[in-house]
Amino acid sequence: MNAPASPSSLERAEKLQGMGCKRKRVEDVRFTQGRGNYVDDIKLPGMLHGDFHRSSHAHARILKIDTSKAKAVPGVLAVLTAEDLKGVNLAWMPTLAGDVQMVLADGKVLFQNQEIAFVVATDRYAAADGADMVEVEYEDLPVVVDPFKAMDADAPVLREDIKDKKDGAHGPRKHPNHIFNWQVGDKDLTDAAFFKAEVATKDLLVYQRVHPCPLETCQCLVSFDKIKGEITIYGTFQAPHVIRTVVALISGLPEHKIHVISPDIGGGFGNKVGAYPGYICSAVASIVTGLPVKWVEDRIENLSTTSFARDYHMTTEIAATRDGRVTGLRVHIMADHGAFDACADPSKWPAGFSNIVTGSYDFPVAHLSVDGVYTNKAPGGVAYRCSFRVTEVAYAIERAMDIMAQKLGMDPVEFRMKNFIKREQFPYQSALGWEYDSGDYHTAMQKALDATGYAELREEQKAKQEAFRRGETRQLMGVGVAFFTEIVGAGPSKNCDILGIAMFDSAEIRIHPTGRVLGRMGSKSQGQGHETTWAQIIATEIGIPADDIAIEEGNTDTAPYGLGTYGSRSTPVAGAAIAMAARKIKAKAQMIAAFMLEVHEGDLEWDVDRFRVKGNPEQFKTMSQLAWAAYNKVPPGMEPGLEAVSYYDPPNMTYPFGAYICVMDIDVDTGVHKVRRFYALDDCGTRINPMIIEGQVHGGLTEGYGIAMGQEIFYDADGNVKGASFMDYFLPTAVETPHWETDYTVTPSPHHPIGAKGVGESPNVGSVPCFANAVNDAFKFLGSTHIAMPHDAYRVWQVAENLGLHA
Amino acid sequence: MSKSNVSMKVNGKAVSAEVESRVLLIHYLRENLGVTGPHIGCETTHCGACTVDLDGKSVKSCTIFAVQAEGAEVLTIEGMAAADGKLHVLQEAFREMHGLQCGYCTPGMIVRAHRLLQENPAPTDAEIRMGISGNLCRCTGYQNIVKAIQYAAAKINGVEYKEAAE
Repeated sequence: MNAPASPSSLERAEKLQGMGCKRKRVEDVRFTQGRGNYVDDIKLPGMLHGDFHRSSHAHARILKIDTSKAKAVPGVLAVLTAEDLKGVNLAWMPTLAGDVQMVLADGKVLFQNQEIAFVVATDRYAAADGADMVEVEYEDLPVVVDPFKAMDADAPVLREDIKDKKDGAHGPRKHPNHIFNWQVGDKDLTDAAFFKAEVATKDLLVYQRVHPCPLETCQCLVSFDKIKGEITIYGTFQAPHVIRTVVALISGLPEHKIHVISPDIGGGFGNKVGAYPGYICSAVASIVTGLPVKWVEDRIENLSTTSFARDYHMTTEIAATRDGRVTGLRVHIMADHGAFDACADPSKWPAGFSNIVTGSYDFPVAHLSVDGVYTNKAPGGVAYRCSFRVTEVAYAIERAMDIMAQKLGMDPVEFRMKNFIKREQFPYQSALGWEYDSGDYHTAMQKALDATGYAELREEQKAKQEAFRRGETRQLMGVGVAFFTEIVGAGPSKNCDILGIAMFDSAEIRIHPTGRVLGRMGSKSQGQGHETTWAQIIATEIGIPADDIAIEEGNTDTAPYGLGTYGSRSTPVAGAAIAMAARKIKAKAQMIAAFMLEVHEGDLEWDVDRFRVKGNPEQFKTMSQLAWAAYNKVPPGMEPGLEAVSYYDPPNMTYPFGAYICVMDIDVDTGVHKVRRFYALDDCGTRINPMIIEGQVHGGLTEGYGIAMGQEIFYDADGNVKGASFMDYFLPTAVETPHWETDYTVTPSPHHPIGAKGVGESPNVGSVPCFANAVNDAFKFLGSTHIAMPHDAYRVWQVAENLGLHA
Repeated sequence: MSKSNVSMKVNGKAVSAEVESRVLLIHYLRENLGVTGPHIGCETTHCGACTVDLDGKSVKSCTIFAVQAEGAEVLTIEGMAAADGKLHVLQEAFREMHGLQCGYCTPGMIVRAHRLLQENPAPTDAEIRMGISGNLCRCTGYQNIVKAIQYAAAKINGVEYKEAAE
C-alpha cells in the first residue's frame, strides 16, 4: 500500500532521518560534554561505600575470620561475612545457570579473589582500609585449574555442598566436579561418517580464558527505604528487568517494590549481564544500615571475579572426501566453568548455542558433546561480545576448516566455497538442529576475494616463501580467511528462557498530541546508540522525524519488561517489537484518517509521513495532524489517544554472516607481527544506521584482535590469577590497532519485520579465527599444523624457535 | 589521617578544601567538587579515562594526589566548551566522525586530544595514534577517533578536512 516515490516524498523521507541514514548520535551531545550519568556519578544523601576483603588462596578451608580490627577502623560501620548473610538466607544465591553460588565465602574459598567479607564505611578510602584489616586463617586444599584434571578419579572435590548430588540442573553428573553433559546431533551416523571417511582431522583447539573488560567496571548503588519497604538499585545492568526479577525471587521483596535503574553504562560486552555478590552485599548493607550503599569494583576485581569468558577446550574432527567435500563433524568440548556454574546462557542451554559449530558449511551429519566442569577459577562463562558460546565454536570450525584444507592440499577459500550452504538451500536445516533464516555466502566470499585481490596475495606469499627459504628475508606473510555464521536474537519462546521467562522483548510508543513521541524499550544500550537507532525505526514506520522522538531505556518502573541487551538480541528482538508497536499506531492513525477524510480505510495509501486518498494525493492527513486528532476527534466508538505496546516473541533466531580476510607479516626473529590489511564484509540484513554499524564493526574487530593476539586470564598451578590487571591483560591501544576496511552485502532476514539481523558482535566472532588463521597460514608451509592462541610476540617467537628457524 | 589545605583552579574557577593527603586528584574532582566528567577505569594509570589537563600537560588524575595539584590550573571536559556554551571543535568533531560509543573514555580522550593538538597542530595519523596511546577505548577501535582529531585539527587550522588513507 506504499505509494510510488515522488520527488516530494523522497525529500520528506530524507527529513525523517529514518532507517538507512547515517544519523548522528543523540547520546553524543551529553557524552562529549562530560554530562553522561554513570552509576559512580550518582550520589545519594548519607551514602556509604562497600569494599570486599578477598581470598588470597585458590582453594582453602576457612578456619577463622577476624573482623575486629576492620571494625575499629575510623569510618567503618559494618563488616558482613557469610554468617551475617545466613541470617537473611543470602549466604548463597542462585545462578542463572541453575547452580548456586556463595555470596560470601561459606566455610571455604574456591578461587583466588573470592569475596570473603564486605566492609561498609563512610567513604571509599575507609572501606578499603577496613577491607585490608580483615584477617582470615586458611587451611590449604589441593588446587585444580585444568578442566581435564578436574575429571580425574582422584581429583580433589571442589564443591562439597553438592558432592553427593547425582543430578544437576542439566541432567546426570558423572563426577563430583562435573556439572553437565550436553549432546546434540546423531552420534551413530556421525561415527559412521568418520568410519568411512577418506580423510579426517582431529585437533584440540583451545579458546583461552579471557574477560570482556568494559572500561567502566561493574558497580551499583542500593537504597532501601524502610518506611515504604522499597528498594532502589542503580547498577551497570545490561538486563535491568531480569535483575529486578532475580532480586524479587531471592530476597522475597515484592517485585513492585523493587526499582532497578540502569543509567548510562560504560560498555558491557557481556560482563554486565549477571548478578554478582557485590550487588547482594550492597542491598543487605543498605537494609542493615538504613543508608544507601555504593559498590564499585576496581579493575583487578573486575578482571579476576566478575564473569570471565571462553575457557573452552574443543576437540574438533572433520571427515571429508579426498576431493574436498565435508562428510561429518564431531566435536567434544571440555568447558571450564570455574568454581560455580554462573554462565549467563538461556536456562535450557548449558553450552549456549554451541551447536552452531557446523558454521557456514553443509555438513550432512554432526555430533556435539559438551562437558561442563568445576575448577578453582572465577565463575562466569559469559558471552564476550558474542551470542552464547558462538565465538568459541566459530573459532573451532574456522580453524578446523583451515586445518583440513591444509591436509587436503587445497586453498582454504576453495575448500570453503566447495562446502558452503548454497543460497537456494535457505531456509537451511543444520545437522545440529538450527534453521538458518537466510544467506548468500558465495556472493559475500567472492566480493571479499575481489576486494582484497586474493589471488595476487597468494602469489605474493609464494614469492615471499621462496625468498625466505633462500634466506633473503626474515619475514613471513600470512593470509587469514574466516567465514562465520552467527546465531543471534535470542530468542523464540519455544526454545529460550531465562529463569522461566521467555526471551521476548518489548516496546511502548506514545504519540503526544503535538506529534512528538516517547518510546520506551526493554533493551538497554551500553554504547550501541539505541537512543539514535530506535528513533530511526519509528521515524520510518510512522513518518515522524527522528529528532521528534525521545527514547528511554533502563528504568524498570517505566520501561516495558524486556530481557535486555546482549547476544546481539536488541535489533532482532526489541527492534522488531518497535516496528510492530509502530505499525499498531499506524493502523489506528489510518482509521482516524479515513474518518476525517470521509473515505474507506482501503481508499487510503501511505506516503512517507501521511495517509492520502488514492488517486487524489492533495487529500491527505499527516501523521502530525492525526496525532492531534487522536486526542480530539476520533471516530465514534474508538478510544482516544495514540499509543501502542508490543511484546515480540521472535519466530526464529537471525543468522548474520561475514567474510573476513587478514594479511599479516611476521618477523620470525622477534615474533612481532604487523597487520598489513584487514577486510571485513558483514551481512546483517537490513541496515538501520550505516555509521553506527561501521563503528560497531571497528570496535568488535579491535576486541577480536586483542583476544587473538594477546589476551589471556591465566592461572598458575597454585590457582594464582595472572594477568588480571592492565599491566598484563592486553587491551590494544591506538598504536597496535590495525586500520580496518569494512564492506557489506544485504540479505534481509525473512522473518524479521524490518529484515534486520543484528551486527554488534559479528566482528568479534569472525575476526578471532581470521587473525588466528593468518598466523597459522604464515607458518604452515614450514610444516606447522595448529598454533594455539593467543598469538603474542613471545609465543609466535616460540613457534619459530620450535620450527628451528633461529638456527 | 592528616588533612592539608589545597587550592587550585578547576575549569577557571578557584576552589579550596581540606583533604586527606592521600586523596587522589580524580577522587577530589569527582567526590568533592562533583566534576564527574573524568572517569575511573583502572586507578593504575593505564586507561586514561581520568585524563585532565594540568598546567598545560595531560595528566592521569588517578596518579597524582590532590595536594600535588596545589596552585595548579586544571582543565576537564566540563571546561572545554566556551563560556557562552559553544562547543569546542573537538567536541563537535567526535560527534561528527562517530568517535565515541559508550562515552566512558570520551572525556579523557577529548582532553588528551586537545593537548595533543597544542603540542602538534597538524599531526599525521600515526602521530595521533601515538599521541592518544595512553587512552584506552573498548568500543570504537580508535579509527574514528583518529578521524575526529584530524577533522578538528583541520578546522582549527582553517584547512579542508580530507580523509587520509592510513
